[in-house]
Amino acid sequence: MATMELTKPQKVADAIKPPVTSIGIIGWMRVNLFDGWFNSILSLIVLYLLSMTLPSFIKWAFINSSWFTTSDQCKAGSGACWSVITANIRFITFGFYPHQLQWRPLLAMIILVLLLFFSQNRKHWRKSLAYAWLLGLFSMGLLLKGGLGLEVVDSDNWGGLPLTLLLSVFGLTAAYPIGVMLALGRQSRMPIIKSFSVVYIELIRGVPLISMLFMSSVVFPLFLPEGVTLNKILRAQVAIILFTAAYIAEVVRGGLQGMNKGQYEAAESLGLNYFQAMRLIILPQALKIVIPPSMGILISAFKDTSLVVIIALYDLLKTTQTTLSDPKWMGFSAEAYFFVALVYFVCCYAMSNYSRRLEKELDTGH
Amino acid sequence: MQVNMDTTVPEKIPFLRDPAKLAILYQLLTVIGVGLLSYYLIHNTLANLERQSISTGFDFLGKEASFEIGEKLMRYSAADSYGRALSIGFLNTLVVAFIGITLTVIFGTVLGIARLSKNWLMARLAAIYIEVFQDIPILLQLFFWYAFFYEILPAPQKALGLMPGVFLCNRGLIFGVPYWHVAHLYAAAAFGLACLLIFFIRTWAAKRQAASGRIFPVMKVAIALFVGLPLLAWWLTGAPATMNVPRLSGFNFKGGVTISPEFTALLLGLVLYTSAFVAEVVRAGIQSVGKGQREAALTIGLKPGQVLNLVILPQALRVIVPPLTSQMLNLTKNSSLAVAIGYPDFVSVAGTTINQTGQAIEGVALIMFVYLAFSLSTSAFMNWYNKKIAIVER
Repeated sequence: MATMELTKPQKVADAIKPPVTSIGIIGWMRVNLFDGWFNSILSLIVLYLLSMTLPSFIKWAFINSSWFTTSDQCKAGSGACWSVITANIRFITFGFYPHQLQWRPLLAMIILVLLLFFSQNRKHWRKSLAYAWLLGLFSMGLLLKGGLGLEVVDSDNWGGLPLTLLLSVFGLTAAYPIGVMLALGRQSRMPIIKSFSVVYIELIRGVPLISMLFMSSVVFPLFLPEGVTLNKILRAQVAIILFTAAYIAEVVRGGLQGMNKGQYEAAESLGLNYFQAMRLIILPQALKIVIPPSMGILISAFKDTSLVVIIALYDLLKTTQTTLSDPKWMGFSAEAYFFVALVYFVCCYAMSNYSRRLEKELDTGH
Repeated sequence: MQVNMDTTVPEKIPFLRDPAKLAILYQLLTVIGVGLLSYYLIHNTLANLERQSISTGFDFLGKEASFEIGEKLMRYSAADSYGRALSIGFLNTLVVAFIGITLTVIFGTVLGIARLSKNWLMARLAAIYIEVFQDIPILLQLFFWYAFFYEILPAPQKALGLMPGVFLCNRGLIFGVPYWHVAHLYAAAAFGLACLLIFFIRTWAAKRQAASGRIFPVMKVAIALFVGLPLLAWWLTGAPATMNVPRLSGFNFKGGVTISPEFTALLLGLVLYTSAFVAEVVRAGIQSVGKGQREAALTIGLKPGQVLNLVILPQALRVIVPPLTSQMLNLTKNSSLAVAIGYPDFVSVAGTTINQTGQAIEGVALIMFVYLAFSLSTSAFMNWYNKKIAIVER
């Protein structure tokens, strides 16, 4: 008992509180904003610039803005005219798709979002998910195109956000197998196959997408026999697929090279032939490594589909521009482009955030 | 007893299991497949061209172009040939790419450093900038800046004065330049001389340091020479200081240099977009150099400047340069989007040529050839550089 009491301090020393300048908001500011004369000046300059721009921006975008007005009321006001979006939202989103049938692309987009949402959980990554995707893609195509009892909508009338999503999602899906084959070809020991793959990959990666789109609009028609025509969207889609495949090939090659040499040797020593080794041993591991960089390709493919504006396809950006060329809504470009930028930003930010998370989860440390 | 181990005839491998023979078969099949496909495409193309009576070949390059080009570095009129029009476009692409890359590297580096700043506000703002500008398609950004010039900026009468002599209005960016004087030529020559001198001083200083260990302040001398020599030449040859300042007269500015809205919008879009990517590259490069390296360098008594120059940068650059070059290449390729906002770059001129002559294959081939030449020369440079800076394993 006595020893216990000895070890116990008789009187707890009064804890001295840290000075008020090193804790709380003031301390945080001292460490993060006013640490030394250079940082202090920097902070003051930045704060000054923010105070000059931010209030007037907020005033323009929110306080003085008009949201559901006619264009004349907009022109009379002094703030942002978001009415250009709200009044034309259906055209911007769906383009020339027949008005009474626009529930179909909407439903297709909802299916896509649900599928994406469901796939983001890695617990759901089973074979059934692949079938669900195939079924989903098929039903999306059916909803857009029509048939099987649905009224057929000519693809010339497709437009807006569904077209953007269609070009990027189908583009990546179709480009992936081609890209994997090209990557395997590039890694192959057979000189002819290797050189074909290298030439294709380097050729495509060396030219801008716009030249491929030009090719799709002016040269592809010449490639086809007389009487056969492909519509513009399909041609652009082919160009995007051919283009994306080269980039996927390089990403997959990174995965193949990142694999331990022992995996190849082990597969061979088991007596597996090339296709078995690739299908059972190498690709399942290599493709897992390259999931995050593949997301990067999806993001850039999604952004790059906006280039179809140049060959006059009515994607999201083009429908917005068409709205802006209407004399009623002329002059509200800033607002309209802000809206489109927001759509792209939300999609890309979600994807890149997800890919960063995935990278952490998949990093098993070896 | 004879164990005839060596003379056993090896078991004959069935054809379909022999990798060497299969390899030949696969390659043969590939060649036949590619050959058939190209034969089919070429056959169709030739038939189509004949039907539409379009002649093939590059003869059209010599024909009269009969379209005007707004911005040109060489003399050009509508009476000149397509070949000349295309070279004007090529030069325009080079100009945009060169200025764009220079500005992007500077701005991107600043952003990347700001992203790592200890200043919370600065780091947050840089992070937001990087995220936002990476995630918005470059074409949309170009359209925005184009609209910015034509819709949002005021007419010349109400031009925004950014600095004395620099104006921003819907006619573009207008700023003053010095009147031409022979002194500028001398100053430029002095600058070249300074470069040469510094090169020799550097070599000499490195040799002396290797021999005697004494350090020569190369950096300070270099800065003094870079600034001093041209200034001295300018001053000695008369110190002309009159500026050709833009002045408002009537509805537009007179004097100074005007940079068109198309060019400025293109440059702004490209630089702001690519800088966000460059900033990430720079950040990754700086972070790749371990903290221990800096501490070790400080421990052995190097000054902060030396730490940066001798320890951090050589290691960071090895990580930074390869992705940086690919970003520069991206900027060059993205400059082809000029066609969307009406700046006459190579793709835009080639597009007009295709529309007028119908020579689609040749036109697209020219576009691809030009950009391939850019990227192949860049990757040749990259290979050389990688070899030069590769870690020498000892």
